[in-house]
Order: sequence, then C-alpha cells, then structure tokens
Amino acid sequence: MNFPEELRYTKTHEWVKMEDDTTAYVGLSDYAQDALGDLVFVNLPETGDTVSAGETFADVESVKAVSDVYSPVSGTVAEVNEELLDAPESINESPYDAWFIKVEGVSGQDGLMSASEYEAYIKTLE
Amino acid sequence: MKLVFEKSSPGRGMELLAPCDVPQVELAKENQRSSRLRLPQMSENEISRHYTELAKGAHGVNDGFYPLGSCTMKYNPKINEKAASLKGFTELHPLQPEHTVQGALEVLHLAEIYLCQITGMDAMTFQPAAGAHGELTGLLLIKAYHEGRQDGKRRKIIVPDSAHGTNPASAAMCGYDVVSIPSREDGCVDLEQLQAAVGEDTAGLMLTNPNTVGLFDKNILEITRIVHEAGGLCYYDGANLNAIMGIARPGDMGFDVVHLNLHKTFSTPHGGGGPGSGPVGCKDFLKTYLPGAGVGIWENENGKAYHLTDHEKSIGAVKMFYGNFLVVVRALTYILTLGKEGIPEAAANAVLNANYMRVKLSDVYQMAYEETCMHEFVMTLEKLKHDTGVSAMDIAKALLDYGIHPPTMYFPLIVHEALMVEPTETESRETLDEAIEVFRRIYQQAAKQPDYLHGAPYETPIGRPDEVTAARKPILTYRWEGQET
Repeated sequence: MNFPEELRYTKTHEWVKMEDDTTAYVGLSDYAQDALGDLVFVNLPETGDTVSAGETFADVESVKAVSDVYSPVSGTVAEVNEELLDAPESINESPYDAWFIKVEGVSGQDGLMSASEYEAYIKTLE
Repeated sequence: MKLVFEKSSPGRGMELLAPCDVPQVELAKENQRSSRLRLPQMSENEISRHYTELAKGAHGVNDGFYPLGSCTMKYNPKINEKAASLKGFTELHPLQPEHTVQGALEVLHLAEIYLCQITGMDAMTFQPAAGAHGELTGLLLIKAYHEGRQDGKRRKIIVPDSAHGTNPASAAMCGYDVVSIPSREDGCVDLEQLQAAVGEDTAGLMLTNPNTVGLFDKNILEITRIVHEAGGLCYYDGANLNAIMGIARPGDMGFDVVHLNLHKTFSTPHGGGGPGSGPVGCKDFLKTYLPGAGVGIWENENGKAYHLTDHEKSIGAVKMFYGNFLVVVRALTYILTLGKEGIPEAAANAVLNANYMRVKLSDVYQMAYEETCMHEFVMTLEKLKHDTGVSAMDIAKALLDYGIHPPTMYFPLIVHEALMVEPTETESRETLDEAIEVFRRIYQQAAKQPDYLHGAPYETPIGRPDEVTAARKPILTYRWEGQET
C-alpha cells in the first residue's frame, strides 16, 4: 500500500495536500479505497460551501455500503472534482490523483499525521 | 433466459379486457401519445411459462430457509391469503358509502386496537406503504408536534451509528439535520454520548430495540428519559419488533411514535414488491396529526356502526385512502390466528431459534457479541478473511448452493465482515440443524479450498452478478432493436 510522503493524513483515512499555506486538496487514502472496495457513486459538496475539520463533507458508495468522508481541514470549497461523479472508479485506481475538493482559507490542519505516523496507525487497526 | 421483450412476436396477443360497453372518450390531442406503446406481444401460454421460469430462478420463503437478518422472513400462512381473497374485501371501492363497507372498516378498527395493544400506542394509521415510508410519516408527526408548539429551533434527529440506513435518510427527507452518536462496544446506546448530544435543538431520537445487533438495550427507560427531558420525542423503528411482540411494548419503554412492518412481524408477503405495509402508531397527544382517516364507532339502541373520522390537524395524506388494505386484512388474520397466547409465544420461539443457532455455531464462527441475543445474531468473519481470504460475501454465496438464502451481509456497519442471521420462529429444529451443518461445512472448506468458495455459487441460475458494473453503468430499460437511446 502506498502513502506518499508529501501528504498529511487523518484517522478517518482522508489525505491532504497543502498547495500553499492556505490552500489544500483533499482525497481518500489508499487504505480507505481498499477497505471500501469498488466505489460506484460519489456525492460531493458545491463550490462555496464551507467545510469544518472533522465534519462530513461528502459520501462515497461502494457495493457494500455508503460511507461518510470527513474534512481534514476547515475552509471554503474553491473547486470540486466533478470528474469523480462520472468516474468514481478513479478513486480506486489512483487515490492520490482523485482529489475530492480544493479548499481555500484553510485552518485547523494541526494534528494531521505524517505518512509514517499514518502507516503506523493503520498497523494498529489490523 | 430470454427477456420478455426478446420472446415477443408481432401480432401475437390475448384478450384480457372485457369488450368496452361505455361510450369512448378521446383525450385532448396534446395528451395523446405520438407513437404506439411498444409492449411485448405474446400468447397467454407463453407469458404464463415466462413467469413460471422467472419464479423457478428465484428463492423465496416457500423454497427454503431464508435467515436474512433484520428482515424477518417468516412463513406467511395460507389462511392469510384466504381471508384477503374474500370477495367482500377484494371487490370494494374506497369511495363506497360507509354503510356498504362496514366489514372493511371493522378490519381497520380491530387491527388498530390489537396493534395498539401490542405496541402500547393509542392510535394508528395504515396509510404508509412500508417501513421507510412509516419512518417518514412518524417524523412528520414529530415535526408537526414541535411546529404546533411554535418550537422552531428543534432541527436535529439523533440516530445511533448502528441504525438502519433508512433512519438517517428519513430524517434528512423530513428536512432534519442528522446527528449520529457512536454505540458502545456492546452495540447499545452510549448514555454519555446521548446526554451530550441532546439539547434545545433536539427534535427526537430514532431507535430500534432490540437494537441492530440483536441485543435488547437495557437502558431504554433512561434513554427515552434523557430525550424527553431535553424536549425531544422518541421514535421506535419496528424493524425488530418480532423479538418482543406481546412481551414488551415500545409505549412502555417511553416511545411516542412507532412504525410496524406488517410484512415482517405480522407475516404478510415480503420482498418482490409485497406490497408492504408500515402502519404508524402514536400516543394520544400526536393523534390529531395522523394522516388519512381514522375509524370510529357510533352506537345507539339499534346497534353500532363504523364510520370514518378526520384528524383535526392532520399532516395530510401520505398515500391514497387506507394504505395497502388487503395487507392489513392478512395481518389481522395472523393476529387472530395466534391470539393473545400465540403472539408472545411466536416472539419467544424467534429468540429461542436465534440463540440455538448462535450457540451451535459459536465454537467455529466468531460472534460479534458473546451474549444471549434476541431474534437475530451477528457474526464477524474478519479473522477468517484475514487467515484464508474467504470473505463474508464468499460464505453467503456458498450457502446458495445448499438452497439457503444468505444472511444479511456487511450490516450493521459497526461490525466488519458481518453476517447477520435471523432464523425466525417458523423454522423447525430439523431445518436449523441442517443449516448449522451447512454453515460448519462451508467454514471448514474455507481453510482447504478458498478458491472454490471465491467462485461459489455453482448450482444457481446466475453465479456472481457483476454488482460493480451494475451499479456504475445500470441499464434500466429495454432497448428495442434500432431504437434510439
């Protein structure tokens, strides 16, 4: 399983890529897509919505279940990856390219895990 | 097998409708179809064989054991069908004058009385078509109640994370914000979490007891007290009533509104369109908001007569007339057949059957909760999957080759690799023993022949449908050759 060094992670298995100090991309980790199985549907917020760290902002549906996706940071949704709506399988195929939202005015990113911390955390789940 | 459209042959057909003996009326031009409706053209013989073939490819309670957790797939006694096919019930029009439908009104009246006795409620509507529709109706009652008191700040419905997915969905449909509270390790409500979640914005709590993992929440009085003290109401999801009917009553536990699934607990047809019936019962203070008409009695020296009554502050109809009336006839037949002793006995046997299977399997299968269960139990196959690669899905599929319908899979979500087994009271000990033997055999096979199980089932008309493609690229209507998409 792959956990890129330059990303930060949450215990609820989202990743964050800080583009600069106040702008971030958010997606689901490799572990999450593997555990969820083949994704068949994604529900995304709209541009301009506000997201709060630890609160749900999207949901994903696999053949097994619908699961909430939690925002790792607080801020405003500047962009939504609408390609996911037609191709949810891209989250399974390439989880770190398949970003969900771009967030601006980011705050609340303290307490996120590094790749090695996240990997250690996942070991405790198995 | 071929689709009904593929069997169509131009010019073939049959006479179903009697000759028209009233003047024909044409629709206005703009309301007419511009092209002919394309329907399959078949003889009666062909269509009869088509549906028989479909029936042979399906698995119902009449075919074999059907331990689908949380669905209560009990046997539907034939006497229910006999009562529901009486001409006095089948050849009615819902707008007939009351004095010509006294028997039908008596059915609704008696069903309301008995179901209120069983649930501890004061009034009931039979309009909702099934469980989730009942949830929506019940929440609309709660909403009407708060609005009636000019209490507009109650925006939140609390739902435990073990709840059926329909609970949060119904709350969202009703315009509420959903607050999910985590369950304790034993699957029961965490009182501290609940206490922290309630407040001036709490509209209500949705709960089922026994809960989704098949355990009776012993803190139920404390739970409903916390919600009531915060000013919220308590909604009982009747999905799991089969474990306690005639023994414990939601009304006594502190619930204000309940829905029942007549197609689960009260032995009416279930699955494949049923149709279902999800009556909603409530305490007296909510009765005025009920949808549809109630049934009252006029009594004088000449006898008594049933009549329809309106509810003063009704939320309005949620379905036409009296809901799926013939389903209510079946449920009432069931209640009258079992009687006051039979109803709790059925519940007790449902619990006994579940525990019998649980104990007989627990040396092999890992139970999610090691305690006496109610009408169903949950196994977790996480370790099996880790050790052998055989998943809950593989075990479920393998059961099909033995003529057993799989248990509910991957639910509740709080248990990983879950299989949820609900045998119901209508299965004999022999059937349970055979199923236990099959479960054990498949478990042993998992270690030796995991690949065989990955490919199961082998004996069914369809092996493993491609669920992923079906969900991603569904084809929902038939395309005739040459038809534009």
